[in-house]
Amino acid sequence: MIDTLRLTAEEAIGLLERKELSGAELHATYIAAIAERDPELHCFLSTVDEPVGAGIPIALKDVISTRGVETTAGSRILSGYVPVFDATVAERCKGAGLTLLGKTNTDEFAMGSSTENSAWGPSRNPWDPTRVPGGSGGGSAAAVSAGLAPWALGSDTGGSIKQPSALCGNVGLRPTYGTVSRYGVVAFASSLDQVGPVAKNVRDCALLYSVIAGRDPRDATTVELPEPVLLPSDDRLDGLRIGIPKQIDVLDAIEPGVRASFDQAIVRARELGAEVGECDLPLSFEYGMACYYLVAPAEASSNLARYDGVRYGQRVDGATYREMVERTRDAGFGPEPKRRIMLGTYALSAGYYDAFYGQAQRVRTLLIREHRAALDTFDVIATPTSPTVAFPLGDKATDPLAMYACDVLTIPSCLAGLPGLSLPCGLSEGLPVGLQLIGQQFGENTLFRAGHALEQAIGFDTVPTRYR
Amino acid sequence: MATPTPSWEPVIGLEIHVQLKTRTKMFCRCSSGYGAGENTQTCPVCLGFPGALPVPNRQAIDWTIKLGLALDCEIAARAVFSRKNYFYPDLPKGYQISQYDLPSCVNGNMLVPTENGDHVVGIVRAHLEEDAAKTVHVGGATGRIGGAETSLVDFNRGGTPLVEIVTAPDISSSEEARRFLQLLRQTIVELGISDAEMEKGTLRVDANVSVRPSGSTELRTRCELKNMNSFSYVARGIDAEAARQIGVWESGSELLQETFDFDAATGTLTPRRSKEEADDYRYFPEPDLVPVEPSAELVERLRAELPELPATRIRRVERDLGLDQAVVLVSGGLDGLWAAAVAAGADGKVAANVIANNVVGAGVDPAAVSPGELARLVGARDRIPRQAFDEAIGKLGEPGFSAEPYLADEAVSDEALLEPIVDAILAANAAQVEAYRGGKTGLLGFFVGQVMKETGGKANARAVNELVTKKLAG
Repeated sequence: MIDTLRLTAEEAIGLLERKELSGAELHATYIAAIAERDPELHCFLSTVDEPVGAGIPIALKDVISTRGVETTAGSRILSGYVPVFDATVAERCKGAGLTLLGKTNTDEFAMGSSTENSAWGPSRNPWDPTRVPGGSGGGSAAAVSAGLAPWALGSDTGGSIKQPSALCGNVGLRPTYGTVSRYGVVAFASSLDQVGPVAKNVRDCALLYSVIAGRDPRDATTVELPEPVLLPSDDRLDGLRIGIPKQIDVLDAIEPGVRASFDQAIVRARELGAEVGECDLPLSFEYGMACYYLVAPAEASSNLARYDGVRYGQRVDGATYREMVERTRDAGFGPEPKRRIMLGTYALSAGYYDAFYGQAQRVRTLLIREHRAALDTFDVIATPTSPTVAFPLGDKATDPLAMYACDVLTIPSCLAGLPGLSLPCGLSEGLPVGLQLIGQQFGENTLFRAGHALEQAIGFDTVPTRYR
Repeated sequence: MATPTPSWEPVIGLEIHVQLKTRTKMFCRCSSGYGAGENTQTCPVCLGFPGALPVPNRQAIDWTIKLGLALDCEIAARAVFSRKNYFYPDLPKGYQISQYDLPSCVNGNMLVPTENGDHVVGIVRAHLEEDAAKTVHVGGATGRIGGAETSLVDFNRGGTPLVEIVTAPDISSSEEARRFLQLLRQTIVELGISDAEMEKGTLRVDANVSVRPSGSTELRTRCELKNMNSFSYVARGIDAEAARQIGVWESGSELLQETFDFDAATGTLTPRRSKEEADDYRYFPEPDLVPVEPSAELVERLRAELPELPATRIRRVERDLGLDQAVVLVSGGLDGLWAAAVAAGADGKVAANVIANNVVGAGVDPAAVSPGELARLVGARDRIPRQAFDEAIGKLGEPGFSAEPYLADEAVSDEALLEPIVDAILAANAAQVEAYRGGKTGLLGFFVGQVMKETGGKANARAVNELVTKKLAG
């Protein structure tokens, strides 16, 4: 009997290669696991019961267009929308033989840090169903940790892969901007959105990254990888230079238990041969959030303009074109997209552009430089991924600023376009703590190597305690 | 149409949209062809489906640079596409992708040859953008979206590449505007980047018009004219708008900044209903695209590909034919044929007349004409019968056309053969002869026409003319 809670994707591929199991049987095993545990967790918005293809299954966040399979981005306005084309990442998964298990829950248009902003109801954390799985990609992260999918794809704008992986106790990679195609991925903030893998361990994460990465002629912002993806196997970190931003020492938001777990991981890193030092990212910590909450909503306000009820998705009729558009958007968008559309529209308005959007872009340039300077000295920058462990549902749902603060540690490197890996480094109050490793541009192989060695040393059990 | 009084001077700037004839659209690989069934040339990108992304058409970028070079512009080492945000059903993404503050081409000018030297029209910018889709509003009085019962959208045109050329307000009469547009159009056509046909909408012109007291340098409130679908309508629209503005100022009123549609049929200007919201397009750099950074090598290669431009050729042809005839030939794309016919031995002035009048009048494609055969016809024009000449001209464009059979057909100019016919005509029209001799010399053409008719067009018109004149005098 297959234990989907423990089976890694790499092991699953081995089972198929040795013909111990067929792809269809494997797919059915996961569908059965979904039937058993998903009613409680609500990771999936839809499932594909009959596999298309013979490889191992994968779950895709519902912002990724899948031909013939409803794609709502967690929004009522896209209810019933069935894409006529596959996103490039979905196509590449198909090309690699991966079978679509289903579409996972997300905050509406990937805007949120808990999946509570999903129009279809929140997902729940497999470690404690009274708590959130993080967001926006909470569905993908919770599904992987609960054994409902061997691996999954998420999308990350300001932390939507890394933060849920941290809160659910698995491994998530936000790749270097430009290495993974955004074609067919429902856009939130184009200059920040990146698709990336969510998996049980670093090797699976690297393997899935190798499937989706590389230039796509349909996304003008993509580039070829400068070097092939290497599956990590080294257990040592000799010579690796790790920088820890001194600013995290004075960040009150970081829970003591999270800090303790993080410090333990750093001790392990030293034991493995890493050189650990202090780095300085003052602007990133002071202005990163403000910068992000101007750039991302500004782009979102424009990206979400296409949902007008004219061509697809939901329409609410009106007496005139304007009335139809207004009613459609009023009924179709939830509070968070509306809030960000308003923020972004304001930030781009005549007379305010220079003070808000223009200024934010200048700050962004400074953050890029600041990170580059730190990464001249260090191979990776390490911080906790999330300042807290998973919080109870409803805790921050009515306080947007508290919710935004969840991403204080993930946002700066996103603005800088840099890759970030989150891997579990321990438990605090019985809940997983994530370690974030930020790499140089195209430094994914370094992150995989470091992450793999640490993962071996830490020996974190990714199966939620209540399922053991 | 009222002419501006000498005390007022129009100040005119033009915005010209040129639809590039690239095979595919600006940001997707859909055909940009004209005339296909509604919404058959569409894809997720040009329909603005979730997640679809634009990929720029390299040909369109190269052609924009080429046009910029032809207009003596500086080519930006870094041009940036922006998003122009507004809601309209013809705009599927809710924004138009357009170059904005960093266009591909800036600070150019075009020299329009005139009797008094070159008229320099500054080119402020030429930038690349995508076209909107086509909307048809059914029901309602005005053909506008407000009041329409239903609105239909054809997305075939949506996303086709457009270059917008903006001139400085350097034009001071409708005639100058017309000449500029003719020359610009010919330049575009010769670059091979657009058909530039106003009837098809591949060339669209908006005019910004203001007036000021003659000799002053102030710029007063301007109004925009749209919806003029030929150069002569542009000229008439400008005249009508200038006259209206002069009337407003002379009556002591203040001119309001407005946009008008010009109805050429009635010569009237209809104000466009002001938009329900103020224009705030919330431009910002398009994050789905990277900047356009043409290499110096590319720009130089495109510059080397430029043909000799029409303005230069007008000056050259002018030396032989005078400015007016040179403008007609060059602006009509006829000067190449003319030069070739002259090289083949044709008389320059006669050849110019034959090409500009007979060849064009017969609807012959100048590109299909053999210059050598044309030169032979031009040389024989006065010798062969008019009918034979016209017939030969009509067939000039046919493959393998030879002038030979027509050259053998000599017109009758022998006085001995013509004299009896002339005598008979004069005798049969005694009253007209009397009137002619009484001073109605305009009747000469009547007699000549009668003789030509009698001879079935075979008489040499000049010989008949001389003979009839002599007889009537005698």
